[in-house]
Amino acid sequence: MIKGKIKLMEVCGTHTMAIAASGIKKVLPKTIELISGPGCPVCVTSQSDIDRAVEIARIKDVIMVTFGDMMRVRGSFSSLDDVRRKGKDVRIVYSCLDALIIAQENPEKRVVFMGVGFETTSPTVAASILEAKRQKIKNFFVLANFKLIFPALEALSKSKKVKVDGFICPGHVSVVTGIEPYKRIARRFKKPCVITGFADSDIIKGIKILVDQIKKGKPKAEIAYRRAVKEKGNTLAQKTINRVFVVRDSFWRGLGLIKESGLKLKESYACFDAEKEFKVRLPKTREPKGCLCGKVLQGIKSPSDCRLFGKVCTPSNPVGPCMVSSEGTCAAYYKYGV
Amino acid sequence: MKDKKLKIKNKRSKTSRIEEVITLAHGSGGRLMHELVKKLCRKFSNKILNELSDAAELKVENRRLSFSTDSYVVKPLFFPGGDIGKLAVCGTVNDISMKGARPLFISLSFIIEEGFKLSILEKISDSIRKEAKSSDVAVVTGDIKVVEKGAADKLFINTSGIGVINYKGRVGSKAKPGDVIIINGPIAEHGLAILNARQSLGFKSRIKSDCRNLSFAVARCLRASKKISVMRDPTRGGLATTLNEIALSSNLGIEINEKCIPITISARRLCDILGFDPLYIANEGKFVCFVDEKDALKVKKAMGRASRIIGRTTKVHKRQVFLKTGIGSDRILPMLEGEPLPRIC
Repeated sequence: MIKGKIKLMEVCGTHTMAIAASGIKKVLPKTIELISGPGCPVCVTSQSDIDRAVEIARIKDVIMVTFGDMMRVRGSFSSLDDVRRKGKDVRIVYSCLDALIIAQENPEKRVVFMGVGFETTSPTVAASILEAKRQKIKNFFVLANFKLIFPALEALSKSKKVKVDGFICPGHVSVVTGIEPYKRIARRFKKPCVITGFADSDIIKGIKILVDQIKKGKPKAEIAYRRAVKEKGNTLAQKTINRVFVVRDSFWRGLGLIKESGLKLKESYACFDAEKEFKVRLPKTREPKGCLCGKVLQGIKSPSDCRLFGKVCTPSNPVGPCMVSSEGTCAAYYKYGV
Repeated sequence: MKDKKLKIKNKRSKTSRIEEVITLAHGSGGRLMHELVKKLCRKFSNKILNELSDAAELKVENRRLSFSTDSYVVKPLFFPGGDIGKLAVCGTVNDISMKGARPLFISLSFIIEEGFKLSILEKISDSIRKEAKSSDVAVVTGDIKVVEKGAADKLFINTSGIGVINYKGRVGSKAKPGDVIIINGPIAEHGLAILNARQSLGFKSRIKSDCRNLSFAVARCLRASKKISVMRDPTRGGLATTLNEIALSSNLGIEINEKCIPITISARRLCDILGFDPLYIANEGKFVCFVDEKDALKVKKAMGRASRIIGRTTKVHKRQVFLKTGIGSDRILPMLEGEPLPRIC
């Protein structure tokens, strides 16, 4: 039988938000605790990656393009939004293909897309790069800060600092990846993994399956979101990623360097690689003082443990990335008063 | 502990912000705007202004008047369900009406960017004429300014207006404990229609702006009950922010039920895709009515077929709005923070 509390980690930021918005924590038995994981792409982007984007955005005749949430995350000294306010051209898009259109419309400028995200986002960016190559667009570059969720889950499963009994796995990512990678985690680390949708009933169903598995002592990977996720995932998207990107080591805020947990452009697509096109000098990275985002991302601390939370650090004036991102744990806790 | 907090604050102000500037978030209708309005209002402090409602209630020689002003900077100028002209009339007429008044006269000012096509200006003016006529208000004064290219984005409009209050009771900003809250139809449509048109998100959506004149619906409500305490149209910042403002000004708690809040399936789905909470999205043809429980059904009927009772005011958890969620839990429903942006994954 189970001793003490069951700790389940919701990996995805969208889950964190949905759980807070529906008030699920309040109706769960006291013996089940939900902790938030590292599945918010904005939050886990490292300081130096943001610093690099900021430095590139400062270069003359560069148009920096990124997703809305990325604008206000501060690097060591400033955010892309600060750069924009000082008169540089930084724009928000909803899809990387929009960045490609901007590149076509501004042939005299160099357009850099700052890409963050997991397996959900990288296929569309890969498709944009393929499209840029087909159309021979020469002024389009991608700053690839894409991450892979599974190496992070493995790192968390190995970690001694945080005890997780099971994972509520991200529905969106799984649409692309399928269930196979979760099976490895369930086998290797004896942690149940349940792919879960985002409606209230989906999440409750996911929690139920996890608890049942833990009770029986038979951890395995399961799909509780069949209407969207197939066993094999989206093979076309997987192939597109593999055509354009290769795996590399990547630095995660909070989790540190994780081997083979990021993506970079293949040599054959190097002409679109912003890291190769722009050689910039990065400042020495500096974490905001007192900010616990790193620990929050690992599930070691809760936002309410942070001295800055809700006092100095609010969504209007965020210190750490977990408060900036609309899917960040701190933003969810602040907004919904968890 | 106090010292420690102070230290953090000082450090932050030295290292981080450049000079504080106005951001788009200050105009989004949320908490930042609320704070800014309060800050500026302190400079002009007087009894009428301090109410901080959408329209001012004036007493002139035994008559009670409702007076309001608003500027319209919507982009794009034409959107599904309306245009800047229609909006400029409806917005001000609705603000006047929310005081329980019958709108009578409005003013009209254009700020036009050099190079703006005359034909479009005429088209917008026609739309204003049409809307003013159907709203039963007269455009009685106006102004035109033209600024050099780049100094404004195509066209801005300001309208002000007055109406007369004949209602015996007082419709203000203070609700009473136990009041029932009624809304006249599905939420979030204006904001979504604009967003879809502006960002050319490429969603083939049938969502149209709900922009329309509310003065006749308001008049029906006023005839139906003498016990209406607050009426308010939840525009920028959405229903959540409006309810928070009323909770603050009435010094009461508000409880609403998620299941009872009307929203169309298409609006709900678009919100899900974009990662928006419909409770924070602007409306232009909706109003909430706070009314004594006894008269609730009468007022609901007067508000139209799509109206729903969404909650009530309470004496507990004062100055906060609580939302009963679909699964039977509850949570705080705060004011809008910052500018809503779509999620990325």
